[in-house]
Amino acid sequence: MSKTHVKLKVNGREVEGLAEPRMLLIHFLREELGITGPHIGCETSHCGACTVDMDGRSVKSCTVFVAQANGAEITTVEGLANPDGSLGVIQEKFREHHGLQCGFCTPGMITRAHRLLQENPNPTEEEVRFGIAGNLCRCTGYQNIVKAIMAAAAELNAAKEAAE
Amino acid sequence: MIPAGFAYHRPADVASAIAVLQEHGDEARVLAGGHSLIPMMKLRMAAPAHLVDLQDIAELRGIEIGADAVTIGAMVTQHDLIAHEGLAEALPIIREAALQIADPQVRYKGTIGGNVANGDPGNDMPGLMQCLDATYTLAGPDGTREVKAREFYEAAYFTAREDDEILTRITIPRPAAGTGWAYEKVKRKIGDYATAAAAVLVGKGTASVAMTNLADTPVWSEAASAALAAGDVEGCVAAMLEAIDPVEDNRGPVAFKKHAAGVVLRRAIARAQSRAG
Ligand SMILES: Cc1cc2nc3c(=O)[nH]c(=O)nc-3n(C[C@H](O)[C@H](O)[C@H](O)COP(=O)(O)OP(=O)(O)OC[C@H]3O[C@@H](n4cnc5c(N)ncnc54)[C@H](O)[C@@H]3O)c2cc1C
Ligand code: FES
Ligand code: FES
Repeated sequence: MSKTHVKLKVNGREVEGLAEPRMLLIHFLREELGITGPHIGCETSHCGACTVDMDGRSVKSCTVFVAQANGAEITTVEGLANPDGSLGVIQEKFREHHGLQCGFCTPGMITRAHRLLQENPNPTEEEVRFGIAGNLCRCTGYQNIVKAIMAAAAELNAAKEAAE
Repeated sequence: MIPAGFAYHRPADVASAIAVLQEHGDEARVLAGGHSLIPMMKLRMAAPAHLVDLQDIAELRGIEIGADAVTIGAMVTQHDLIAHEGLAEALPIIREAALQIADPQVRYKGTIGGNVANGDPGNDMPGLMQCLDATYTLAGPDGTREVKAREFYEAAYFTAREDDEILTRITIPRPAAGTGWAYEKVKRKIGDYATAAAAVLVGKGTASVAMTNLADTPVWSEAASAALAAGDVEGCVAAMLEAIDPVEDNRGPVAFKKHAAGVVLRRAIARAQSRAG
């Protein structure tokens, strides 16, 4: 099959490449662009480890063809760090509250948490749990992940208030 | 988990999409959210040589809330359905059902058109559309035609849609004021397809009852609906258990599924009745 030209914006940077349309977005990110934050857990659309933000929606990048993503704007966990490379608020709260153990699910969790807090800046604990239902964690039992996201919400809201 | 290769098309309007389907016949498939089709392609249970991505077709989007009917474009996602305030007011049962489909990531991509056109008995929207007496608009090379949801499903993955037709819109009559409603689903875990699910509308002297994943098509039962309209809950459940035809699989044996169907249907009826008035 012939390759097509794809052009997308990843973490604010324009990238271009040639890829077979059937290539999955996760493989394009990891193998062609070397962006290895998003992980491949199940490859069957269940675990959410491959979650990235695509045009303002959380998607499982193992279930998107790179051809579908042509022209899209993508954010991965790398793009959620501060400009100086230090941990962004959600990342920092995961560290602080032990929201990870092995860390395999973490890039997907954090990317999903980012979109969740964009849509619902003040979630209840129940809304956080419902909002991360597409992300599986084998280690933490979720308690500390939920705590980290709640803490991130509080800090982001406080920062917003201070700015106003 | 690498799907077979294909040529990718991204037409800007329905007519161009139909032209690609016509040119390539059963070698071509439409791609909506991809969250049923791509998993099948990864398993090589589907290997279309041409994929026609509908994402750029504006005429397939939009939700219109009319006085008598609601119209939903095929490419409206489950996430859009949940977020739409006018829809939540006109047909709250759609939001209740959409929230029980899969998980947030799947709902951002999965479309109502893909969900109803797919023909998988596990999909939740087909049973709901039968309960609501929805009509599907299909566009093909010779123009458009309308098919009732209640007449669309023939067998698992077989529907009344021809290979060169695209489902463009879904039209749903608005239930009379005071109609109670509920979509109830049991599943093994969050994100799973239904072990059993029920869609119920109940009003003054009227009712409509359909169930999901208990036969190779969704099941709307006229007898069950008539019994509930007459206020006979046990008659409704008995008629529905007669109408379904579950098979044993990893969600359980037949007897268990029939039991679950009865439980789910009774819960849905009770909730719908509590909301009627
Ligand atoms: C982990 C997981 C869990 C899920 N759980 C559920 C669940 O609980 N309940 C549920 O209902 N679904 C569930 N789904 C399926 C999901 O809702 C799908 O998104 C949906 O079934 C199909 O919609 P789609 O837009 O992704 O369609 P696609 O996958 O793009 O298409 C599905 C089929 O329909 C055809 N098609 C699509 N659009 C049209 C159109 N406009 N006209 C003609 N043909 C068309 C395609 O050619 C294809 O054959 C789940 C999926 C996943 C990955
Ligand atoms: S790797 Fe994509 S959902 Fe598991
Ligand atoms: S920290 Fe190990 S899977 Fe979540």
